[in-house]
Amino acid sequence: MELDPFILSRIQFAANISFHILFPSISIGLCWLLVYFRVRYTFSGRDDRLDWEYAYFFWVKVFALTFALGVVSGITMSFQFGTNWPGFMERAGNIAGPLLGYEVLTAFFLEASFLGIMLYGKNLVSNRTHLISAFLVAIGTTLSAFWIISLNSWMHTPAGFTIENGVFMVDDWWEIVFNPSFKYRFIHVVLASLLTASFFVAGISALRARKNVDGPATWKVIRTGVFFAAVLAPLQIFVGDMHGLVALENQPAKIAAVEGIWETEKGAPLTLFGFPDEEARTTHFAIEVPKMASIILTHHADGEIKGLNEFEDAHPPVAPLFWSFRVMVGVGFLMLAIAWWGSYALLKDRVGPWLLRALSGMTFAGWVATLAGWYVTEIGRQPWVVQGYIRASEVVADHAGGMVLSTLIGYLALYAFLLVFYIFSLHYLSSKPARSLRATIDFAANKNAATGAA
Amino acid sequence: MEYWLPLIFVSLMGLALLLYIILDGYDLGIGILLPLASDEEKDRMIEAIGPFWDANETWIVLGIGILLIAFPSAHGMILTHLYIPVTLMLFGLILRGVAFDFRVKVAAEYKSMWNKLFFVGSLLASMSQGWMLGAYVMGLETSMTSVAFSVAIALSLPAFYVVLGCGWLFIKSEGELYNKAARWARAAILPMGVGLFLISIATPIASSEIAAKWFTLPAAIGLMPIPLMTAVAFFTALWVLSRPQILQAGYGWIVFVCMVLMCLMMALGLAYSIFPDIVIGKMNIWESAASTASLQFALIGTALAVPMILFYTIFIYRIFYGKSQPLSYE
Repeated sequence: MELDPFILSRIQFAANISFHILFPSISIGLCWLLVYFRVRYTFSGRDDRLDWEYAYFFWVKVFALTFALGVVSGITMSFQFGTNWPGFMERAGNIAGPLLGYEVLTAFFLEASFLGIMLYGKNLVSNRTHLISAFLVAIGTTLSAFWIISLNSWMHTPAGFTIENGVFMVDDWWEIVFNPSFKYRFIHVVLASLLTASFFVAGISALRARKNVDGPATWKVIRTGVFFAAVLAPLQIFVGDMHGLVALENQPAKIAAVEGIWETEKGAPLTLFGFPDEEARTTHFAIEVPKMASIILTHHADGEIKGLNEFEDAHPPVAPLFWSFRVMVGVGFLMLAIAWWGSYALLKDRVGPWLLRALSGMTFAGWVATLAGWYVTEIGRQPWVVQGYIRASEVVADHAGGMVLSTLIGYLALYAFLLVFYIFSLHYLSSKPARSLRATIDFAANKNAATGAA
Repeated sequence: MEYWLPLIFVSLMGLALLLYIILDGYDLGIGILLPLASDEEKDRMIEAIGPFWDANETWIVLGIGILLIAFPSAHGMILTHLYIPVTLMLFGLILRGVAFDFRVKVAAEYKSMWNKLFFVGSLLASMSQGWMLGAYVMGLETSMTSVAFSVAIALSLPAFYVVLGCGWLFIKSEGELYNKAARWARAAILPMGVGLFLISIATPIASSEIAAKWFTLPAAIGLMPIPLMTAVAFFTALWVLSRPQILQAGYGWIVFVCMVLMCLMMALGLAYSIFPDIVIGKMNIWESAASTASLQFALIGTALAVPMILFYTIFIYRIFYGKSQPLSYE
């Protein structure tokens, strides 16, 4: 078998970025939830105060772990551009470089520095400084998303540049940073993270509630997660729809693949389900709603939608997009249903074991939706790296296939190992009362217990 | 502007990488020493670096980031060539970074496994960095000399990190751990000195370009302070380490300062050897620079952000000043 370094580099990049996104998708949202817990702690009366304190104690530990995984897998990303895709920076470096640089300068140092105070500094600084530190870490994580999504959006909807000798030159930074798809994508990503974190805390807390750990503090977290999700889920569906319309305008091939529209047509049906077959150029066993795709995408029953026939050798693979999109939307609506059911039950004070089970089952629902969403977006840009200008095959490094295969296997093994331990330690932590987790290091707790110090 | 911007960015990149080697160097050195300590001391050692390591590690991201922003074609050439050591370094940094958290967030029976992985990650990252440095100084050539040189630095850099880590432990620890740090530093400093000395002599022998820069008059006289200062710093550290009464009086921090000074001098020497190339003998900083418009935009952000970063880094080091406390989320 001949090893194609291009395919292997692609798989490696996909593996790295898929693994990486799992952690920021939790930590960005979770950090804002932690700020919320601190604010509630600061302004609560004596009875509730301790509960918010416990909520913070427990979740800041989970945050530290998640954040660390995000940091180390993120560093990998910044090196991958150079090791596997040097052509990208040689051609688009004038634009991509400063955006990544701003991420490091404005976000990475901010979050990494104040994380120390947020995690370990509570006794060394005033409550106000501690709260501000948590806030700055949250700002840092969100700023990081701002810059990286700006670059990512630019790769989908490039703007504000000229090309000289094949190299992208800057024409207008404002147009580059706030390129056409940026604001929709940024809001969509931040909402996704908040939703992911809401289901994550609600899910693990539901498990804690069933094990009767931490009493009222656990229930406060469940309520926070479920109520946030109930508000965010419909908002996300609305923003996602707007984001889709922007994609239709700028990347019609992506939408054609998502909807499984093979030929340009007026009054296109919405395919709810089916098996797209790229060779036969048809969707088998399609269940369709007549004219619905045109109505959703163009707001006219007879609106024209471009089919895949318009983009001969420059359209993305159909089946992965078709499926990823349906997974994302399906999980999105499931989140909406469970968040509303949960809110209703919590408000009526009628929470049964089935709701807790459902919430636990949805702990990682955000991961599924987030990954599926990113696959729609990223596979949907193929074969391009920069839509319409640079193909992925043009910028890959000229490595031996065997070497890339060996690093790919290394990464996959490492990621599998880390993912197993991550979930494993979440499960382990979930049965621990916040009080027992007050000290990070076991010996410190033992020493405190031995000397009777608090 | 076209002349100055690449100069400014190459200096910033050098500064970021120098700060990385010093700051994450002590983290990695302590990681390498971890297996030699008792279980309780392991916790103390992690406490000494826990609040700092993440920000420390960010300096390499900035250094590589500046390489990418300001010298995109050199970025591609260097990282493509260093594919294997970069990948190994990343594996090391990943293991080390997650071990900080996993070692205290898994059931007790897995803690020693994560302590071992902490060590493995630290050692792997240190050796890979040495390898990368060696291959870079040799102008990214694939020759026997280049390999031998890379191996020599891959062995010496961890020793340097270990002494630096001991220096940090002198600042942050007390009691038995402090004494152990002295023992470890005494054992590591001589091999480190010999290794760095050999590398310093080997560099001009292996690279005629570098030799030409150093051994011509009057440059050779003007450059004398660099090896002299390095030697003074080294022998001062050696002297302090050989005097238990000075260490016991709490002056161990001098060792840390000496190591920082050595690192600074070697960095200056290296910078002089390379300048104005970005890849020795292949590409200079002006040839590989990004467009002026991009560099100007990046400079605005850098000029605003770097002072702020330095300011709050100092603020945080002040908060965690003094002997380290048990790390607690309270």
